[in-house]
Parts: sequence; C-alpha cells; structure tokens
Amino acid sequence: MKRCAISDTRRGFIIKSASIAALYLTPSILVKAYATESVIPLPIPKEKLQLTINGKLFNLEVDARTSLLNLLREEIGYTGTKKGCEMGQCGACIVHVNGKRTNSCLSLAVTNEKLSVTTIEGLANGEALHPMQEAFLKNDSFQCGYCTPGQIMSAVTCVREGKAKTKASIKNYMDSNICRCGAYQNIVDAIYEVAQSGKKI
Amino acid sequence: MNQDELFYKSTMEEERVDGIEKITGRAKYSAEHSLPNMAYGVFVESRIAKGTIKSMDITKALASDGVIDVIYYENCPAIPGYSTDATNRPKNVSEWRGHKVLHDNVVRFFGQPIALIVADTLENANAAIRLVKAEYDTVIPEIDFDKLRLDESKLKGTNNYKRGEEKKYKQAAVFIEAEYNIPIEVHNPMELHATIAVWEGDDKLTVYDKNQGPRNTQVTLARTFGLPEKNVRVITENVGGAFGSGLRTWANTPAACIAAKKIQRPVKIVLTRPQMFTMIGYRPHSWQKVGIGADNSGILQGISHEGISNTSKYEDFREGLVNVSRYLYACANVDTKYSMLPLDLSTPIWMRGPGEASGCFALESALDELSYKLKIDPVELRIKNFSDINPESKLPFSANNLKDCYAYGKEKIGWSKRSKTPGLLKENGWQIGYGMAVGVFGAGKGVASVRAILNNNGTLVLETAISDMGPGTTTSMTRIAAEKMQIPLEKVKFKLGDSSLPPGPSQGGSGTTSTVGSAVLLACETVQNKLKELAIKFAPEFANKTVTDLLVENSLVQLVNNDQVKISITELLKIAEKSNIDITVTSTGKTAQELKFATNSFSVHFVRLAVNPKNGAIKIQQVVATADAGKIINYKTARSQMIGGVVGGVGMAMSEEAKFDTVTGQIINASLHGYHVPLHSEIPPTDVWFVNKPDNNMGELGAKGVGEISLIGVAAAITNALYNATGKRVRSLPITPQKLGFKA
Repeated sequence: MKRCAISDTRRGFIIKSASIAALYLTPSILVKAYATESVIPLPIPKEKLQLTINGKLFNLEVDARTSLLNLLREEIGYTGTKKGCEMGQCGACIVHVNGKRTNSCLSLAVTNEKLSVTTIEGLANGEALHPMQEAFLKNDSFQCGYCTPGQIMSAVTCVREGKAKTKASIKNYMDSNICRCGAYQNIVDAIYEVAQSGKKI
Repeated sequence: MNQDELFYKSTMEEERVDGIEKITGRAKYSAEHSLPNMAYGVFVESRIAKGTIKSMDITKALASDGVIDVIYYENCPAIPGYSTDATNRPKNVSEWRGHKVLHDNVVRFFGQPIALIVADTLENANAAIRLVKAEYDTVIPEIDFDKLRLDESKLKGTNNYKRGEEKKYKQAAVFIEAEYNIPIEVHNPMELHATIAVWEGDDKLTVYDKNQGPRNTQVTLARTFGLPEKNVRVITENVGGAFGSGLRTWANTPAACIAAKKIQRPVKIVLTRPQMFTMIGYRPHSWQKVGIGADNSGILQGISHEGISNTSKYEDFREGLVNVSRYLYACANVDTKYSMLPLDLSTPIWMRGPGEASGCFALESALDELSYKLKIDPVELRIKNFSDINPESKLPFSANNLKDCYAYGKEKIGWSKRSKTPGLLKENGWQIGYGMAVGVFGAGKGVASVRAILNNNGTLVLETAISDMGPGTTTSMTRIAAEKMQIPLEKVKFKLGDSSLPPGPSQGGSGTTSTVGSAVLLACETVQNKLKELAIKFAPEFANKTVTDLLVENSLVQLVNNDQVKISITELLKIAEKSNIDITVTSTGKTAQELKFATNSFSVHFVRLAVNPKNGAIKIQQVVATADAGKIINYKTARSQMIGGVVGGVGMAMSEEAKFDTVTGQIINASLHGYHVPLHSEIPPTDVWFVNKPDNNMGELGAKGVGEISLIGVAAAITNALYNATGKRVRSLPITPQKLGFKA
C-alpha cells in the first residue's frame, strides 16, 4: 500500500514526518532558543492525502507541515475544532480519529492517510443533537464556548471507554481539557448524566 | 416553593440562547472567518528585554517560499496615530497608547513583536520566522519586582489617602502587621487573541477582532489610522473568554491593519499561546502590607494598607489595590498608600476582579489573622465592623446584605464544625480547615444605546455594539426584554458584536448587565409607548384614551382596566400602515453622587479543605459562594459565572504564577503546561447562593454584576482555611508545599 508520495518506503516516510514534526510541532519557545537559520529552506511540495472527515471522503493536496488542526480550520473550514495552544496542553482541538480522541494540533495532517476523523460538526445527526450536546446545553456546561467542542469530543470518548462510572473518574479522564471560564462542575454533571442514562452514544 | 425557588427552577430549565451555536461548533470566533485571498501574519519576537535593534536582516525571510512581505521599523508605512507631533496632528487622530508595534527599533520587553512576516500560508509564514536576523544593543533589564520595590527611587505615581489618624492600628489593644505577595497572573482565555483586517480602498477598514468592546476597538482604530469612525467596522461575534485581556487594543490589531493595507490583501494574525503571556497584558505583580488593630471586643481602631504593583517602563497602569480597606468595614482611622513600580515588562491590564482581587487577599487575610489573636470568630469580627454606609464616600450603600450571605454560608459549609484552634480537626489522617473571606466590587451603570425593531409578526430585534465573552449577556438581555414585553423568549433576538450597531460599553467591571439591561428596558418601554400612541390614533376602540389607560403585553395592546378591549400588534401595525416600529434609545448612567448612594456588589466565600500532614497536599473539599448582586436576571448563567469565579480563585491561590528569568527578562513558563491553571480534578464542588433582592437604587432593573465578586475573596478564603487546618499562614501566592515547610 502506498502511504504517501513523500518517499517510497514507510521507513523513509516515518523519518521525514518525524523530522517535520520535530521542526514544526516543537513549542516555538524552545525552537527560538536556537540561533537563527542561515539557509533558506527549499519549498515544501504538497502531499496527496485521502481521509474521511465526518463521513465525507476528501482527496486533498496538503502541505506536509500542516497539522490536522490547521487542515480542518484553515483549509477545509471546519472551524468547530478550536486552536488553544498548539502544544497538546489544552484539549480545545480534540477530535476523534478512527474513534480515538486525538489532539489534532499534534497530528500532522499527512499522517491521517485513509483514516476517519470526526469533529464537533459531525457529532450531531443533522439537526438532532448528540445526547452529550443536549446534556451540555441542559447543564450549562460552557460559558464562552471556546473549549466546548474539545470538551464534548473528550466527553463522548470518556463515556464510550467506560471511564464515566464515577465523577472522580470523569474528572481524571477530562483533565486533558482546560476550561478557563471554569465550567468544570457543570461539564462533569453533564457527562455523568449521559453515562447514567445508559444511552448508547 | 417560594418565589425565589420558582424563579430559579424556571431559569434552570432555560438554555443559553446562543447555546446550540456553541455546542455544535457553528459559532464563529474572530479567527474563524475566511476571506478570499487572505494572507497570514506571524510575529518575530525580540530575544532581549531591553535595548535597541542595531540591524535586522530580512532578506532571507523575504526569499523564503510564500513570503509576501516582512514588515518592521524600516519599512512600516507611516501611521497617523504613531506620530508624536501633537501640534500638527489632525483632529480625528489620537496618539496610540502604549507600544507602537513595528514602529521603532526600541525593545521594551522580552518577546516584543519586532517584525511581522506575511505569507500565503500559515506554514510558510512560520517557516520564515527563524530566517529574520536581528542584532541588538542590549541593556540590562529591570525585572526583579521583589528586589526593586525596596528601592523607593524606583517607585512612581504614589497616591496617599488618610482619614482619622495615620498608623492608628499600632495603638490598638490587639493588632497585627503582615506583608502579602501576589505574582503576575495571566488571563489565558482559551481563545487566542486574533485579528483579520481587510481594506476596501484607502479609507474603509473592516476587522474581525477579539476584544471586549467592538465600539472601543472601532474608535481606537479610527483615531490611529485617521479615518472617520463610520469607515471602520469591527466585528466581534463571539469571544472565547477574555477576563480583561480584551479591554484594550493590542499589537495584533493595528499590525494586521498595517499589513493588510501594505500588501493590499486581507491579513489574519492569531497569537500563539506563549505570545498570550507577553502581548495582551496580565494581572500585575503586587506587594502589600496591612496593619490592622482592634480593641478587645473586636471593634476596628485602625487600618493601614500599603501596596505596590508593577507597570511597564513605557506606560502607567494603576490598580485600586489598596482601596478596599477604605470602604469595606467601619473604621475611623484608615490610611492607604499606593505606588507603581515600572519594570522592563509589557504593560499590565485589568484581570477579573482588578485591584480588589489582590487587595481583598491582603485585607481579608489580615482580618483572619486578627480574629485568631482576638479569639473572636472571623465571621463575628466582620459583623461587628459591618457598615451601612460607605465609610470613604460617607454615602449609604444602596444595598449591603452581607449579613444574609454570612448566615447562609455558615450553615451550608458546616461552620459549627470548625475548630477555633488551628490544626485540631482531623479526618482520615488529613487536617481539616474552614475559612471564609469577603469580596466587594463597584456596581456601576453606564451609558448604552439600543435599537429596537418590533416587527408586525410580534418579534422583537434588539441591537447594540457590545460583545459577550461568556457570562451569557445575550441570554440575560433576551430575558429582560421578554419579561418587559411579556412575550416568549423565542420572539426576542438580541444582536451584538458589531460596531455598526448603536454604541454600547466594553464588557468589563461587572457593568454590562446593569448598563445594557437598563438600555434594553428603556427601548422596550419606548416601543410600548409607540404602540400605545398608535392604538389611540388608529384603533377606534382606544380613541379618546391616554397612554396611561393602556398596557402592552403578550403582543397585544389593551386597556388597563378592561382586558376585553384589545388589539394585536399585527393588526395595529396593519391599520397604522407600518411594517414595524424601529427606535433607538440611549440610557444614561448615574454616578454614586447623583444617586446619593454607594453601589457595590458583595460576595462571601466559604471553604472547607483537607491537608495531608505528610506532604502538604491540599484538597479543597467544598466551596460555598454567596453573593449580594441585587436582582438575579438569570439564575442559571449567574450561577455558572459564580462557579467559574471560584475556579479562577482556586488558580490564583493554588498555582498561577508567571515566572521570570530576572537576568534576561524572559517568562520561563509561558505555556499552559508551565503556567498551571486549574483542571477538572482540582475543582471543589461549589454551591451557589444569591441574596436576590432587587437593588432599587440601581433603577427598574435592580441588578448588579457578579463577574468580579465571583473571584474576589476566594484566594483569601482558601489560605484562611489552610491556616485553620494547619496553623500555617501563607501570605505569598500561590500556595506550594514548600511554603508549608515541605521539601519540593
């Protein structure tokens, strides 16, 4: 199976993607500690990428340096997934990749070849809200709403993975997601309510 | 069920009117607008804190793939508001306040934006950052607050206040003196500050910008670029938190405007998380000293409160750090002294509960210390020194229901279980402590304009140029209008977040609900009067009646004393041959002096916590947050705001601290990993209770704000509970195991 046009071998791909990741995903505060570069980097050719987002198949050509987060927000226009730190520290960018929660800011877009991504926009069934979205509304589990998509995506896997049996286990699981408005208590209430309802989500 | 409970139940069943947009990801924040041909701007930051840039080589960056321009002091176009020449300044221009981005080669703080790279993609822009080479002449920066504050020659803007005798506390039967230290805290809203700027021709500018006041940003940009206000449109549909960081216009906004004009394309700038620590302000570092004394019965004899907080070297930023000691308690002898300490840092800005949050930490800690020395219950001590009037202005408080808050909070937290002697109460090997503290903040009512359009289908549209950073303003305003018009919530649409709407205030200082709410009430009343006038003029059944004979509710105009005589709004507008009623009103503010009352919101926080005596680990077990903020418009959103304030206060007490390398001036923890904000598992269950009595002196609305008081006092309640648990007093935030005597 040809993974990517960037190199002929899987090993070559891993090496190259790892070095791109090292360069572009390292917190800028660390990168800037090094001296300025003297060589102008060569233009980066676009890579082919096929992936499914919210059930829709996309055949794309993307910059190999683009994170999944920036692909969603800047290229495709799925801005429901939020950018909060680009260092995997806040959880605002969490999406599901093949059902697993993933910090999309730490995932290079090209590493998602043939994978299936679900964002907040793909959670509701048309106009019918997902039970977790309904519970967030009812429990007032957000204020500014910016961390909310990430919280909801994490909340869904929290229940699916069986980590929502007690409020304490919900809190531990959800420590991945920062809410600066401080809606935590209402978020935990919403998740607990959905878990207790026994609804298959 | 009493009236309060009925009201609470009904609003708890309502949902935020903008809720569905936010939980489905459809709500658009400032960086999320996509414009054709948009370019991306990223800042190059200074690697020194103080000095000048000798030279900057941008040639390699310019040659890098996709780079359109690199803008810096050598090639930045002239900006009218950047000129310091006051005599030749056009009338519609004001000088930009603070750091003029991309303007000169002076470096004022570490991480200052010194160049803007503009490229076709974000990736190409980021890749060019390291190609810009700057050479500096470096000067050793002054960063170390704790050391420099001791040098009086470094202080500026000293402000003194005195009533009665100075330092009178020293003559009291019982007194304490203590110093309190609060490090720099950073707002860190989850949404990164961002701007998209686009020009139409030379003189029409539209910006999508994160701020707490689109009107304020519009005026700032118009006056900076010398444009008529109507030619500048600022769109701020949704704000992902701000807590004060959006109260002024920062470098990203003019930089995007400058770049968009220079390259003749829309430009988007989104700050990085580390840049959120240096480019958008912070709560200043503060040092305070409180001396407080009472007679043996606990009556306060004197308070002396001294404070210093830092500002930048290029701008003054003052806080009301010590003011709370002048007016919260009855005391004849009070003196305060406040000074600024300029450092080689960027300028601070108000952060949730500005001044009072830091000031109450000192005063409420000091009162707690005094209570132990007096052997008087801390709540009793506060009640003994309760004041009906504001002792500073001598005006009566419009309402001060602190005693109700004390009573409820004591009961709910289980205050009777508290040990009077610290360190005695234990549970499963953990030390248990109870603490409380008061919070207070001004509750003003300012000027706001609202446009109201009542359509012939009975729907009401309200418009004003404010923004909603999360408290639920849109929801509250919808509720105020629906109640006044006696129509369902669904029939009201409240529009905000666009400077082209009638001017409204910036969202800050807990003033939005009272200010904009009063304007909404006035708009509704005006619409109702118009309807009554139309009914008298056009509907035969109301001929010869006067407006006082009529009332408007549920989309009907009817007689006050006979509800059988009525006409629907739809019918009335039809016979009057109007498609709608469209009015704009301005509601004026009133000062305390005009009101002849001092208007404040109050809070009391009660905390129960447990400390592991083996390692100093602290578990906050319960918080009871009570507030006196007049009439509560929406219990659900006000409750959420109170809970959120507790979370902010937990951060202030337990972990938040921007740490500096005092040699270079660099923040060494500028990330959400290094700068720890509270997480899910660190938050105690919080009960919220409101006095919920309308403050009639605040006008018909009777409501005051809760945004600040929700946080003010929380940190002191926690350190007071910690003392009760362990006998160890922490006066320097945040609390760490080391400060409790444990090794790291």
